[in-house]
Amino acid sequence: MNKPLDSLSAPTRRSLLVGATVVGGALLVGCSIPDALSAGSKFKPGAFGPFLKLAADGTVTVVSKHIEFGQGNHAGLAAIVAEELDADWSKVVVEQAPANAKLYGTPMMFGMQGTGGSSAINSSWTLLRNAGAAARAMLVEAAAKTWGVPAAEIMVSNGIVSHASGKQSGFGPLVAEAAKITPPQAPKLKDPKTFALVGTDLVRRKDSAVKSNGTALYTQDVVLPEMLTAMVAHAPRFGATVKSFDDAAARKVPGVVAVHKIPTGVAVVAQSTWAAKQGRDALKVEWDETKAEKRSSAQMLTAFKNLASGKTPAPEKNGWAAFESKGDAAKAAAGSGALDIAYDFPYLAHATMEPMNCVAMVGKGPPRLVFGSQFPTLDQINTAKIATVLPGSVEIETLFAGGSFGRRANFASDYVSECVHIAKKVGGGRPVKLVWTREDDMRAGYFRPMVHHTVRVTTDAEGYPATWRHRIVSQSIMKGSPAGTPKLDDSAIEGTKGSPYLKATPVVDAQLLIADTGVPVLWWRSVGATHTAYVMEHTIDQLAKRAGKDPVAYRRALYQKAGAKRHIAVLDLAAEKAGWASPAQAGWTRGVAVHESFGSVVAQVAEVKMENGQPKVGRVVTAIDCGTAISPDQIAAQMEGGTCYGLSAAMYGAITLTDGVVDQGNFDTYRVLRNSEAPTVETHILPSTNPPTGVGEPGTPVIGPAVANAILALTGKPTLSQPFVKA
Amino acid sequence: MATTVDVNGRALKVNAAPDTPLLWVLRDELGMTGTKYGCGIAQCGACTVLIDGQAMRSCQMPVSAVGAAKVTTIEGLAGTHPLQEAWVKLDVPQCGYCQSGQIMSAVALLAQNAKPDDAAITAAMDGNICRCGAYQRIRAAIKDAAAAPVATSAKV
Ligand code: FES
Ligand code: FES
Repeated sequence: MNKPLDSLSAPTRRSLLVGATVVGGALLVGCSIPDALSAGSKFKPGAFGPFLKLAADGTVTVVSKHIEFGQGNHAGLAAIVAEELDADWSKVVVEQAPANAKLYGTPMMFGMQGTGGSSAINSSWTLLRNAGAAARAMLVEAAAKTWGVPAAEIMVSNGIVSHASGKQSGFGPLVAEAAKITPPQAPKLKDPKTFALVGTDLVRRKDSAVKSNGTALYTQDVVLPEMLTAMVAHAPRFGATVKSFDDAAARKVPGVVAVHKIPTGVAVVAQSTWAAKQGRDALKVEWDETKAEKRSSAQMLTAFKNLASGKTPAPEKNGWAAFESKGDAAKAAAGSGALDIAYDFPYLAHATMEPMNCVAMVGKGPPRLVFGSQFPTLDQINTAKIATVLPGSVEIETLFAGGSFGRRANFASDYVSECVHIAKKVGGGRPVKLVWTREDDMRAGYFRPMVHHTVRVTTDAEGYPATWRHRIVSQSIMKGSPAGTPKLDDSAIEGTKGSPYLKATPVVDAQLLIADTGVPVLWWRSVGATHTAYVMEHTIDQLAKRAGKDPVAYRRALYQKAGAKRHIAVLDLAAEKAGWASPAQAGWTRGVAVHESFGSVVAQVAEVKMENGQPKVGRVVTAIDCGTAISPDQIAAQMEGGTCYGLSAAMYGAITLTDGVVDQGNFDTYRVLRNSEAPTVETHILPSTNPPTGVGEPGTPVIGPAVANAILALTGKPTLSQPFVKA
Repeated sequence: MATTVDVNGRALKVNAAPDTPLLWVLRDELGMTGTKYGCGIAQCGACTVLIDGQAMRSCQMPVSAVGAAKVTTIEGLAGTHPLQEAWVKLDVPQCGYCQSGQIMSAVALLAQNAKPDDAAITAAMDGNICRCGAYQRIRAAIKDAAAAPVATSAKV
């Protein structure tokens, strides 16, 4: 089994327990983590458990422990319950769970409640099947009692409970009786062969209507009585703090209510968004830049390159760390006629469609947050520290969010903490909505790290890798995690580490060096794979070219050596559907790439042509093995969206800094993919009976190398840095 | 400044500084939150509304410039526009945040060109960013709605 949550696996049990008890004090020492994290919570689940509510009107409410910000997970989660419950799909609705780690925590996230690592479906599969099956058994028993017939003779189908005698009922009338029954501990689950809903096109989004008529509620849309809106003047350089400020002009703006100094800057609190913005823009702030990062990104990259080449010696502490080694390392470094290349990747902003925002109420009763919380437990812990309460007492109502792509899962809960600080200053439990402008959002950091790879590969007589030397220099995303910075941060190497190509190579020497800058970094849709997939897949095509071999055949041979059966299956499926064996349509060139992430393996064949000196991507044939497919249509949607997200970054994405100041601020300078540039993605799902694996992220990292490989086939030249189109 | 704006066929009183963008008047003053903020500089299209039937970026339009023009927002389509039905039929939205703007741009397109081809669609929709990358379904849904016989007679 792969690691569906590898990006979040580093916090240790102990560190989290400590994190949770810092606030609660000695009281909580010794309790289990979920107990510690939920202490203070008043929330109680109903008769059908924490994941399901049945109403007298027949409505089936599935409670999602995961936020919906585009991934379509609510559809999948609801379908899993509905399948085992034999519910009428049209009567199923989805509700967002409150924050409660004990009820909604995920074991592989050390008991924390959160969404990440493309794990929502995978981590809910058994849990929700059981929830649905238990409720079904309770309904059957209730019907048996009511009708005076044996439970074994009762059938349930499409929301109707029935008996051969002709007695039948919807769920609604049976709910009161069923609620009195003790839920079975190990209810009988269906044989997947009999699934009627899961895996079919009947599984559709439940939120398309509200997201097409303007009524879906996002944080941006929250209106509460007495609510104030806040905007914050942030330092232009990371690490700077407020030295002094002049708010005379800001306070004169009609609608401005107050100005507060907070740890991250100066907040203007106002009656409306526009007043808050006018007020914020009128502030004059002087910053203390003693500890600020003042380097440009170009200087940082040079520092990374010098570390990789050895020109700058690695620090003695936390120096190079090997993550794959096999055979004689000296051999991997030497070898004549090697392919010797280096790759550069810039910082990337997530640039979610809805800039970061939060609503907080502090100072009257338990602190309350209303917003799109991706990691409620972290947000509770960080809020609790500021408001000095027990983490579990912090109430969070999670709304839809206008995208995240990793941005909202933040160890420091950065924008949430900022909002809580302001709400604490305002006090009295008065709601404060923190609004970030696009510029605030884009310049706040927490970027995909800048990364540098060097690769040196020698080949055997047949052109296959004989030795592979690999060096990665990257910042650590896990820095700032409750566990501190690990020497081998998996999020920087995943995808190179574990690659079937390294498995197929006799001599391997792969090492990571964690370098530091003052720029905060974070996971970004598909995390390490955003760069490792590119490096591995584009290198392979360069090797195939040198060997004079077809890229598909070359990959297949290496997968065979590595025993990578799932890779072979998706590669063959994508190649067949794309018509790889026959020439591409006139004017187009094909490129292929394959990558495994979050438990799923994706292969893509992209058709590319050059238009006005830049690549234009047409048809993209995608094959995915994601275990049991819950919603084929939403898997396709994630392949379409993930491909656009990855292509946008590969083509245009770059955050740069000049003298420590972020150069980009909005979509005029941070170019993103638009409709006319978006390919048409065709998705083919490999049939599988394995448990479901991720789909939100695995579609993102494959398109970049597929396009680079098409450009290589077209021009003979590799593309060794992103983005393809320089600003 | 007290003024009146015609939104979705109703004359609504607003009290905002004349330079306040229509976007914030709609959202903060009139409570119509279907129209979204995404960039504030006419780059993303999340704030798209119709001004006398033309797709316009409300983040860049001061409320004082609206005058007597008729403003149509996503709320004005009432969820029954053929484009909205096509959006639901094809499950176009992902996070959904851009979709009000996408739909308003598509409404303006179909009002001018009942059967747009691919080039006309992408030309009309290129000002609307979708970070979730629902672009291909947006194109498909516009075609789907354009094929529906009622599309051209729908009120905008
Ligand atoms: S908010 Fe108006 S175009 Fe982006
Ligand atoms: S659906 Fe998320 S930005 Fe378009």
